[in-house]
Amino acid sequence: MNGGTIEAPTIEYALLAPMLLVFGAAIVGVLVEAFAPRYLRKSIHVPLTLLALLGGFLLTILQVVRDGVPTTPAAMGAVAVDGPALFIWAIILILALVSTLLINDDEQFVAQAAAVPGSSDEEEAVRSGYAQTEVYPLLLFSVGGMLLFPAANDLLVMFVALEVLSLPLYLLCGLARRRRLLSQEASVKYFLLGSFSSAFFLYGTALLYGYAGSLDLKAISAALGTVAGQDTLLFVGMAMLGVGLMFKIGAAPFQAWKPDVYQGAPTAITALMASTVLVAAFGAVLRVFWVALGNLDWDWRPVMWGVAILTMVVGAVLAITQTDIKRMLAYSSIAHAGFLLTGVIATGAFEQNRDALSAILFYLAAYGFTTVGAFAVVTMVRDAGGEAGHLSRWAGLGKRAPVLAGIFAFFLLAFAGIPLTSGFFGKYAVFSAAVAGDALPLVVVGVVTSAIAAFFYVRVIVLMFFSEPAADGPTVAMPTIGTSAVVALAAAATVVLGVFPEPVLNLADQAASALFIR
Amino acid sequence: MPWLSILIAVPVLGAVGVALLPKGSDKLAKQLALVVSLVVLGLTVAMAVQFSPNGNRFQFEEKYSWIPSFGVHYGVAVDGIALVLIALSAILVPIVILASWHDAEGRPDATGLAPKRSAKTYFALLLVLEAMMIGVFAATDIFLFYVFFEAMLIPMYFMIGSYGGVQRSYAAVKFLLYSLFGGLLMLVAVIALYVVAEKNTFMFPELIGAIQDPTTQKWLFAGFFIAFAIKAPLWPFHTWLPDAAAQAPAGAAVLLVGVLDKVGTYGMLRFCLELFPEASKFFTPLVIVLSVVGIIYGAIVAIGQTDMKRLIAYTSISHFGFIALGVFAMTQNAQSGATLYMVNHGFSTGALFLVAGFLIYRRGSAQIADYGGVQSVAPLLAGAFLIAGLSGLSLPGLAPFVSEFMVLIGTYERYAVPAIIGATGVILAAIYILWMYKRTMNGPTAEPVKGFTDLNGREKWVVAPLIALIVAFGFFPKPLLDVINPAVDKTLTNAQVTDKQPVSTVAEKKGAGQ
Repeated sequence: MNGGTIEAPTIEYALLAPMLLVFGAAIVGVLVEAFAPRYLRKSIHVPLTLLALLGGFLLTILQVVRDGVPTTPAAMGAVAVDGPALFIWAIILILALVSTLLINDDEQFVAQAAAVPGSSDEEEAVRSGYAQTEVYPLLLFSVGGMLLFPAANDLLVMFVALEVLSLPLYLLCGLARRRRLLSQEASVKYFLLGSFSSAFFLYGTALLYGYAGSLDLKAISAALGTVAGQDTLLFVGMAMLGVGLMFKIGAAPFQAWKPDVYQGAPTAITALMASTVLVAAFGAVLRVFWVALGNLDWDWRPVMWGVAILTMVVGAVLAITQTDIKRMLAYSSIAHAGFLLTGVIATGAFEQNRDALSAILFYLAAYGFTTVGAFAVVTMVRDAGGEAGHLSRWAGLGKRAPVLAGIFAFFLLAFAGIPLTSGFFGKYAVFSAAVAGDALPLVVVGVVTSAIAAFFYVRVIVLMFFSEPAADGPTVAMPTIGTSAVVALAAAATVVLGVFPEPVLNLADQAASALFIR
Repeated sequence: MPWLSILIAVPVLGAVGVALLPKGSDKLAKQLALVVSLVVLGLTVAMAVQFSPNGNRFQFEEKYSWIPSFGVHYGVAVDGIALVLIALSAILVPIVILASWHDAEGRPDATGLAPKRSAKTYFALLLVLEAMMIGVFAATDIFLFYVFFEAMLIPMYFMIGSYGGVQRSYAAVKFLLYSLFGGLLMLVAVIALYVVAEKNTFMFPELIGAIQDPTTQKWLFAGFFIAFAIKAPLWPFHTWLPDAAAQAPAGAAVLLVGVLDKVGTYGMLRFCLELFPEASKFFTPLVIVLSVVGIIYGAIVAIGQTDMKRLIAYTSISHFGFIALGVFAMTQNAQSGATLYMVNHGFSTGALFLVAGFLIYRRGSAQIADYGGVQSVAPLLAGAFLIAGLSGLSLPGLAPFVSEFMVLIGTYERYAVPAIIGATGVILAAIYILWMYKRTMNGPTAEPVKGFTDLNGREKWVVAPLIALIVAFGFFPKPLLDVINPAVDKTLTNAQVTDKQPVSTVAEKKGAGQ
């Protein structure tokens, strides 16, 4: 006790500025909801959200340019703003910015979430032109959580970040304007399974605290060498923590939520989840398994091998049977999570870890852009009842809208990893890291599942280009400026990263050069 | 002058130009595509005359760092083998464009399919494909080779899938998935090669001899070889080819069988043998057995075909057996013969496919039974078919004979029994070709055939250069052999094979004495 005074903790505000800006804007957004008149809300929210995300991105860049990459954790060891974290922040912020452009609340989001689907309340809400503009602050809170999640240097902070990132998403999933029951079902499912996985995470945290006497990742790592006779606590805790994290990235056997949620959620939110959440969650997976449990890799690696193989196989094989485009993309996302896991496993000496980390970072950037672009195209192909989700409706799209179908085909080829697209270099980077990390069998499984996965990507191309259009086929909506910008940007990113990946590879290399700070 | 980069860039720019033409300008698109392909041919000839056969192995070298993080270069150069294959591509493309003049429009056929997609896209895809064909043979960086190897599937996939026959989408998907699967196995081997060699580069010349451990060599060899065997295709990896070739429009089938499949045999000769010499010797008996089985199997199955394009596809499987046999016999004669065969087979099969395409265009059917007595109504067409067919069965005096003979002689030097069994393939070839000719061209003129017109001016321009080349190289293959032989020498040296009998004199004699 030092006389009853409490010393104020030192907080590196400048370092945390991107995150603080996003959270600040989210709180302002809540105030806007409370005080601004209804007709003004959207016109305040949209610029506020975009500026906050752009500002966060610029602050991240500024941090790197001006001060370089910090070498010690910030906020009394609670948050580690290191190279990988900054790279991940930049990807998340730019992808969130792009996804925000896709949000068109009158079209995609319910007028009043509280109104029972099909009731007179709902008609009333639609007639009076209500809009659930809370979407924007919710999105900002979620993005704030995503920024904190991969940077958390402490299991409790990581848990808080996990909740901050997840809770708004549970809500957002339930807000689709059309097929509301499906959307609400997705929301409830996501919420239930998500809380379940959070409980696992928290339990794992508690057990590891019991083992190491600390929640700090570095302290846990140190305890691995000193604490003896508590192996049960350690292994059960590690397994629990792993379950929580694997749920978030959608690795098999914890992938069941993904197709339902991706299908039910408004597509703009699906785009956000499919890109940014995966990025954030992989950041956290890496930090937990490499920093806290890195010296235990001999113990977790066999399990992770199994998970990676299962994830790749389940994702690729089940995708073949899908008839809904969003579900198919969900399974594809599961398969990609499996490919990324091969990189997580590829640990070894320092250089090896660096290469693997850099490969994962590049993969995440490449995959994120292509995903947002693909979902943006999905929002544009519409039937009378909303988006034309069923694959059979996409038949002959190449004849109706050759440019759009061409771009979508290009995204699919990128998912399949055909050379001269970003997906190829992503896959190449991860697989070569895995080969160098003595995981050759895993890579063989990876390429075989890639070939299986290619089948269902190609099937969509066949439908779009080689089938005759249905007589009452879907229309292609005139894209808003936002949507066309998203598609154009995603296509450009997919081309540039596929032909001149060097600048981004270089950035990823530099971000990974010192690995995670401990 | 960066010849090879120009050769790759011109068709790409041409493709962009063709694609950007306004809607409805199909005729202009065709003319532009033809001009671009002729320019490429002109440039190729200009480059080829500057090639000195006895100079450095790789000439017209270019090397720029592309992705330093991965050690990948944009590295292109040609040796004699690559040069003749690039020349083959550059010659075939304008001929194919001319032959495909009406293919893409899709006149309503027997099945009542609606007219297909724009001709513009078809010709743009053709030019993209040409760029990639040149790139794949020119690449000296293994990563770059892989990129072209995989990327060239995409334009071909769309050409078959959008412009092909009734079962086009099935055939296109089968083609793509087979090739992709092989390619992905090769990708693992490419990555492993890079990691094991620890040279931080993918440049082929620097990787020769980098892998010494025999077990590693065998695994890597398998990764590369399966991809090439699917591509070539070698028995038993061939099942995609008859479907793809039968469904593809005739022009695309020419490029598919004539050039794309050569990437497989070229890859065996260039990469498998030189990078993994020990493993190549280890696997030689297996490959030779597969080749001989392919020769006989392809020929027998070809005899039984009722569809002309499928028949030609099966003859190619037989011929690819000869090429692979020549490559793995590892003698100067056999490998020079195999390389020459790759070129001659391109001309001969190209001519067969194109003439068959003319027949199918007139009759609307690929079934042999739907024809009969064409000779009496369209003698020139029948004559062209006969010459193309005879070259397919390796009649002396026509180009494929020289190469087939060299392969068999070269193989006999080392492996007498396979050579003897393989030689029976020549007899079977006479059956399938002549029987097809008899059923379509001779006999009483079938009712629907009576209205056939003979070759028109455009079609004559398609057939004439091919027949001229087949006859010319049949009598005088020396110019090709002069370029091929030194390159094969180097290959054999790097494959650490000593060819006991100096055979260049045999080749010389054959060149001059026909």
